Amino acid sequence: MEDIKLMKGNEAIAEGVIRAGCDGYFGYPITPQSEVLEYLMMARTEERTGMVVLQAESEIASIHMVYGGAACGKRVMTSSSSPGISLMQEGISFMAGTELPCLLLNVVRGGPGLGTIQPSQSDYFQAVKGGGHGDYKLIVLAPASVQEMYDFAKLGFDLAFKYRIQVMVLSDGAIGQMMEKVVLDEQIPRQTNEEIIKNHPWATSGKTPDRERNIITSLDLDPVKQEKINIHLQEKFKRITENEVRFETLMCDDVEYLFVAYGSSARVCQKAIQLGREKGLKVGLLRPITLFPFPYDEVAKLAKQVKGILCVEMSAGQMIEDVRLGANGAVKVEHFGRLGGIIPAPDEVLNRMEEIFISKNNYGRGTN
Amino acid sequence: MEEELTRESICQQENLVYSRTPLMTPKALSYCPGCGHGTAHRLIMEVIEEMNLQSQTIGVAPVGCSVLAYDFLDIDMQQAAHGRAPAVATGIKRLLPDKFVFTYQGDGDLAAIGTGETIHACNRGENICIFFVNNGIYGMTGGQMAPTTLPNMKTATSPYGRDVVSMGYPLKITEMIAMLPGTCFVTRQSVHTPANVRKTKKAIQKAVQCQLDKKGLSFVEIVSNCNSGWKMTPLESNKWMEENMFPVFPLGDIKVPKP
Amino acid sequence: MAKVKGEIVINSERCKGCELCVPVCQQQTIAMSDKLNSKGYHYAMSINDECNGCINCALVCPDGVISVYRVKLKDAAVA
Ligand SMILES: Cc1ncc(C[n+]2csc(CCOP(=O)(O)OP(=O)(O)O)c2C)c(N)n1
Ligand code: SF4
Ligand code: SF4
Ligand code: SF4
Ligand SMILES: [Mg+2]
Repeated sequence: MEDIKLMKGNEAIAEGVIRAGCDGYFGYPITPQSEVLEYLMMARTEERTGMVVLQAESEIASIHMVYGGAACGKRVMTSSSSPGISLMQEGISFMAGTELPCLLLNVVRGGPGLGTIQPSQSDYFQAVKGGGHGDYKLIVLAPASVQEMYDFAKLGFDLAFKYRIQVMVLSDGAIGQMMEKVVLDEQIPRQTNEEIIKNHPWATSGKTPDRERNIITSLDLDPVKQEKINIHLQEKFKRITENEVRFETLMCDDVEYLFVAYGSSARVCQKAIQLGREKGLKVGLLRPITLFPFPYDEVAKLAKQVKGILCVEMSAGQMIEDVRLGANGAVKVEHFGRLGGIIPAPDEVLNRMEEIFISKNNYGRGTN
Repeated sequence: MEEELTRESICQQENLVYSRTPLMTPKALSYCPGCGHGTAHRLIMEVIEEMNLQSQTIGVAPVGCSVLAYDFLDIDMQQAAHGRAPAVATGIKRLLPDKFVFTYQGDGDLAAIGTGETIHACNRGENICIFFVNNGIYGMTGGQMAPTTLPNMKTATSPYGRDVVSMGYPLKITEMIAMLPGTCFVTRQSVHTPANVRKTKKAIQKAVQCQLDKKGLSFVEIVSNCNSGWKMTPLESNKWMEENMFPVFPLGDIKVPKP
Repeated sequence: MAKVKGEIVINSERCKGCELCVPVCQQQTIAMSDKLNSKGYHYAMSINDECNGCINCALVCPDGVISVYRVKLKDAAVA
């Protein structure tokens, strides 16, 4: 029988990580994602699966606890919201340099600074373009439903270990707080220490006579070696780009006016498409699910087909840079977004599409 | 009778009474001549060898002169970001509670940038050992002022001496964390004389035993020289340390483990 | 007459010439060489037969380059 529950987005991912066999969570409270830590504490994870849950003294400490656990080959994670994720950038960069797998959740709120606790998508650049120092990327998953919040827990850990990379679930306050039905999976058992030694021979587990010591470090003062390390990382990012692009299209068979949006904005666009189709407008949606790797090819394909692309983001325009890279001048790409924690309304979004591309009789194609 | 004793006949394996522990890798230490880091490393490894803990140990290296400690210690190690070693060790120990976990940190690492991580690991009573090498200066970056720098002491960033009014006082973080119920054994030692080396080794043994007995956090400060940073010869620096560092950072146990 | 007799072996290539071992030897067994090793350090060396194997020098040597051997005189005679 299916196990279905009505849950908040933040609770769903918390339940998701438990069921995905997570070994440890380290975090610090911040709105709008404190339910993750609260849910895990309430769930008595130590009794349920043996999963360790610890409230750290700061986000800095949290991410370095994640580093320590991940370097032991464990499935570990942290979660936070924008200001806390900024604090974690040091540790994330160190994990990038040491290729430690982990799951990170950013339930984005409006910034800059303390900003607001309302939902926003203004951390796209930070998540997708690196965030901390050095040449690195995270795999970034953008859930648009509570079910995806849940599903991306397991997917995130699987990708993290497949590539020894940090996976960020880039959500926002709206998805974190909304309630929807979630289909739950069966519990995946946590890995035993013996399995970890076998499956992750790089992990620090105590040097035994049968092997050299394991060292987890991002330091190499020799520039030639450091360049090699960087080339190795870039090759990994390339493999991920080739193999892990995920997206979804809606009403794109005959689409003439394309929305590109992720997360909460994609949900708004979905409603806008309903309204538009009722009016006879051939509107459709491309929803990137992985923000890195970004579905450039799909954007390129659709750009050749449509008369205009509207990139809808709850930011001043960040993902639009990638959409334009994908469209590569084939069609005009414009941005619409609300700032400061405001979610745009579907009619607002549709009006904007009509204003820019349709009523002024489409100056879209070829005029970029 | 005595004539039979040649240098060769004495220098036989069965007569060996002291040599560098095999848990130190063959690699030459990167430290300046006479630097206490080397002795501190060796003592920790001797204890791990004698207590047969190599396969149980995960160490955490800091940022500081000992950033490359993992090159010299033949154990599994993680290199932590500057000051974050106690958080990293927390992550390790929470997930592998049966392993022996320690951090090795300098005074800038532990008592400046990592103060928060240090205090909270102590306050949570993480069942780990912290080995803290206090040389009153930032050795690695070229001898800048540390929180532990003595009043009026000249460093690269206090070229006219540490003016306590504007630059603060030497931070006695060891006394501070000794007040926390989470710590079980807190001591301050040195490695500049044979007697002190022996005492420090005993302290390290005790700290390790506390962890094996799950008693909470053990904290062993080693007041040490930085002859390069202090701009002295190694022998001068040890004398200067006795005369100037020890009055501010007196040696001895600050908190002893409950039986 | 001493009841024990010691010897030290210094890995002079690894010695950094810090001189910390010199004053801790009560037998004045250790002195610094005039010569340099390949790293450019004046290295420590044993200069007399007075070593009693007390290990003081080895304890304070930061680079761990001193090995100490010791025999009880009785035992040595038997051997
Ligand atoms: C975030 C960060 N800030 C600054 C530095 C530069 N840095 C490297 S080591 C160090 C001080 C180390 O001093 P201490 O911990 O006392 O170690 P010592 O070298 O004296 O043994 C500093 C400031 C760094 N590596 N990372
Ligand atoms: S700079 Fe100071 S602390 Fe660093 S190795 Fe040299 S003497 Fe030791
Ligand atoms: S072992 Fe003792 S007596 Fe022998 S050289 Fe070393 S310090 Fe001197
Ligand atoms: S203490 Fe060690 S490194 Fe220093 S001079 Fe003596 S033998 Fe050489
Ligand atoms: Mg220092």
